[in-house]
Amino acid sequence: MSSSSIDLSSYRDQHFKGSRSEQERSLRESSTLYVGNMSFYTTEEQIHELFSRCGEVRRIVMGLDKYKKTPCGFCFVEYYSRSEAEMAMRYVNGTRLDDRLIRVDWDAGFIEGRQYGRGKTGGQVRDEYRTDYDAGRGGYGKLLSQKLEIGPKC
Amino acid sequence: MNRRRHHDGDDDGYEHRNRKRRRVSENQEIEDRLESLILRVGERSTSSVESNLEGLVSVLEADLGTFRLKILRILSDCAVKMPEKCTIYTTLVGLLNAKNYKFGGEFVDHMVKTFKESLKQCKWNNARYSLRFLADLVNCHVISASSLLQLLDTMIDVSNEDPVPQVRRDWYVFAVLSTLPWVGRDLYEKKESSLESLLLRIEVYLNKRSKKHHNALRVWSVDAPHPQEEYLDCLWAQIRKLRQDNWAEKHIQRPYLAFDSILCEALQHNLPQIVPPPHHEAYEYPMPWVVYRMFDYTDCPDGPNLPGAHSIERFLIEEHLHHIIEIHHRERKDCAAQLLAFPYKNKVPLEYCIVEVIFAELFHMPTPRYLDIVYGSILIELCKLHPATLPQVLAQATEILFMRIDSMNTSCFDRFVNWFSYHLSNFKFTWSWEEWDSCLLLDMEHPRPKFIQEVLQKCLRLSYHQRIVEMMPETYGKLLPVQPQPNYKYASEEAASLAGTQVAHQLVVAIRQKCTPEEVVNILKELPNSGENADQEMSETSFNPLKIDVFVQTLLNLGSKSFSHSFAAISKFHLVFKALAESEEAQICILHNVFELWQNHQQMMVVIIDKLLKTQIVDCSAVATWIFSKEMTGEFTKMYLWEILHLTIKKMNKHVIKLNFELNDAKEKLSKADSSSSDSEDEAAPKRKKPVTTVDKPTEEMVERMEEKLEAANVDQKRLFLIVFQRFIMILSEHLVRSDTDGRDPDTDWYRWTIGRLQQVFLMHHEQVQKYSSTLETLLFTSDLDSHILDVFHQFVALRA
Repeated sequence: MSSSSIDLSSYRDQHFKGSRSEQERSLRESSTLYVGNMSFYTTEEQIHELFSRCGEVRRIVMGLDKYKKTPCGFCFVEYYSRSEAEMAMRYVNGTRLDDRLIRVDWDAGFIEGRQYGRGKTGGQVRDEYRTDYDAGRGGYGKLLSQKLEIGPKC
Repeated sequence: MNRRRHHDGDDDGYEHRNRKRRRVSENQEIEDRLESLILRVGERSTSSVESNLEGLVSVLEADLGTFRLKILRILSDCAVKMPEKCTIYTTLVGLLNAKNYKFGGEFVDHMVKTFKESLKQCKWNNARYSLRFLADLVNCHVISASSLLQLLDTMIDVSNEDPVPQVRRDWYVFAVLSTLPWVGRDLYEKKESSLESLLLRIEVYLNKRSKKHHNALRVWSVDAPHPQEEYLDCLWAQIRKLRQDNWAEKHIQRPYLAFDSILCEALQHNLPQIVPPPHHEAYEYPMPWVVYRMFDYTDCPDGPNLPGAHSIERFLIEEHLHHIIEIHHRERKDCAAQLLAFPYKNKVPLEYCIVEVIFAELFHMPTPRYLDIVYGSILIELCKLHPATLPQVLAQATEILFMRIDSMNTSCFDRFVNWFSYHLSNFKFTWSWEEWDSCLLLDMEHPRPKFIQEVLQKCLRLSYHQRIVEMMPETYGKLLPVQPQPNYKYASEEAASLAGTQVAHQLVVAIRQKCTPEEVVNILKELPNSGENADQEMSETSFNPLKIDVFVQTLLNLGSKSFSHSFAAISKFHLVFKALAESEEAQICILHNVFELWQNHQQMMVVIIDKLLKTQIVDCSAVATWIFSKEMTGEFTKMYLWEILHLTIKKMNKHVIKLNFELNDAKEKLSKADSSSSDSEDEAAPKRKKPVTTVDKPTEEMVERMEEKLEAANVDQKRLFLIVFQRFIMILSEHLVRSDTDGRDPDTDWYRWTIGRLQQVFLMHHEQVQKYSSTLETLLFTSDLDSHILDVFHQFVALRA
């Protein structure tokens, strides 16, 4: 069977309260989407405009740096129905928002606390370790940035 | 070990079951393999279609006995689901018929049954493909030409039925016409005079049928450079041209030609008498459409020619491309790949055909088949697959659309704006705006500058103001959207002279200190009521406009940082809103204050009003009335205002549909529960019956209450439509009368936009509006109205006539 745009990805939330199969059931029934690879400057307004083209958006929860409480490049988009969320999976995932290719994936459902980045320095984990320079996501990854600040040892 | 011993006990049964299971699974395997072989025949392989068919026939021949039913079903499925492979499967059936006359007869019966079933179930495309398959079987010597002609004649008999909806008569004629590319030649060779009589009957019908619906479906109101042909007219012209060419049809691949010597030896079957199911109230027929054309051969560069508008090839290619979109639309990457892999891609300027077909769907009237974004994202995938060529074709298409925008209907104008802004946002907003700068000389209400203005507003939503300013040449300054900031008068220079300023500032302090809604109400009490409403005992619908002003504008300004902030503010002080929004007038006042604050941020206007509706602070009818109010005349031709109207109507529609669904669901459950309980009525001791779970089974009272709720919702919905249409009639009539008195031409930009918006309401919500057609006819769209206004209504009614 070839893959479909609405299939679950391989990502599973390690902090999910419940079993793997419970998480998967939630993912298969969910009307909530995770949106990733956004710029830190992408606004709720931009997200709302794009995702409204797939259905009626119930709520958008911006992902925030745990300490700074500023957007850190991801968000949750909730629709009223699964079928509308499927539209976003089919037609928005892999297209551009604010000039960046965004990733749209199923989410088991927003719970208070999940809007915060889980990286050590407050943003997303992926921004801790990446080594590329990404102007829309604070430049170099956090670890690399720290190393660069310290300077060469010799 | 224990388990195994347990099984040893009934060894015989287990073994027997195992053997049977093996046999069943073997059969299943064979069936699956057969299905796979049949489905894949004709697909690209190293050998030719003809040799693939020969191979398949020899495999199937052996299985006709055991797997007869399965093979029949697979073949009819292929006929209906893969109409572009029609001739491959008819050839297969033809070869099987030549080897096994009985099977051929059984297949014909089965296919006839499939055809009749799809007519009864109103599966119109399935029916048409089934009919086409039967017709093509004449080419394979499976069915006699005379019996097919009899069937086609019977179908044309429907064109004389009366009184039935015209759309029914139309469909039967359309179905017959669309078989002729396949079988016209054969009928011409064998039964020329019967064919001619059939065509004459069709011509007579086409000449007398009404085409009142045509204008409602046109994308452009003028015919230059490409006429917007009504679909039956177009197909008729194409068939006439084919007839002129002696039915020499060259596009369709016909594998049966290679097997002619075998097939002509076969015995033919006669179709049984087929009577089309008579019209039934519940039957819904396809709505008519126009054939969308935006390119002709002069638009395409050197290479294969784009077939002419009245060539049958154009019809066949377009139908095929639309079908590819239908099959693959859920997977946009596959869809783009399949479109570009079109089997005849070397015979036509494929990219032009694809772009034309996609815009045909996007601009389809009354509404597109799929969401706008489906087409937008498929176009992006196409650009990714052919980056050297497709973007240019798309740019050319955009250019053509822009050039013709003055005659484009309003519904399509909106879709064009939405598509173009979306497309630009995926390609860094790069566009050669300078090439369009002659539009800057036109009046701002003219469609061309207006298009750019609206596109920029949408681009603004997808990016940010500075970006929009930077991407446009300086000459476009006057078309740029203003900064989307709130306009809070109580912190402006004029604040000192305003009546509500002091209280406004108090409110700001209190809200920042996290006060309660009750405290807000207290603060607002300090505001005097304006003169008209001073005597509060007199008017029941009195409200304090100053209170509303100060509260709404102050609160929403405090929440101006983002949508979430505004929504939180509305939620927290919902009580205050509800207290202030006690009448429709008050609600309209709220809306007006939202506008005062946020008029420079169209998107914020839309989402706030949406939220006010959702939280039931304002009613749909208040929003509709507000849109047509005097205060909003300056905004009347702006897209966002109509975005607001349509989301309001959609909310109402969704509500009614939901209640309807729940009621039918409950009624079904109730009747099921009733029938099962009546079965056990004779039980001696009903008390000992297990109680039916109350969760599942609704009571009669519950159903009654649901019916009442639905009734009330229908009343609200009807009222909403009446308000909207009545307002339209009023302002349009006023304009026409005034133009007449002043001796001016009424055909102004404003008039065109407004008539266009009226039409858009009918067409966007046609399914719900048509419930009230007779009320609308009796109350509003009466014969004394100006014919321009009345025409819009009549065209709408004609869609289902």
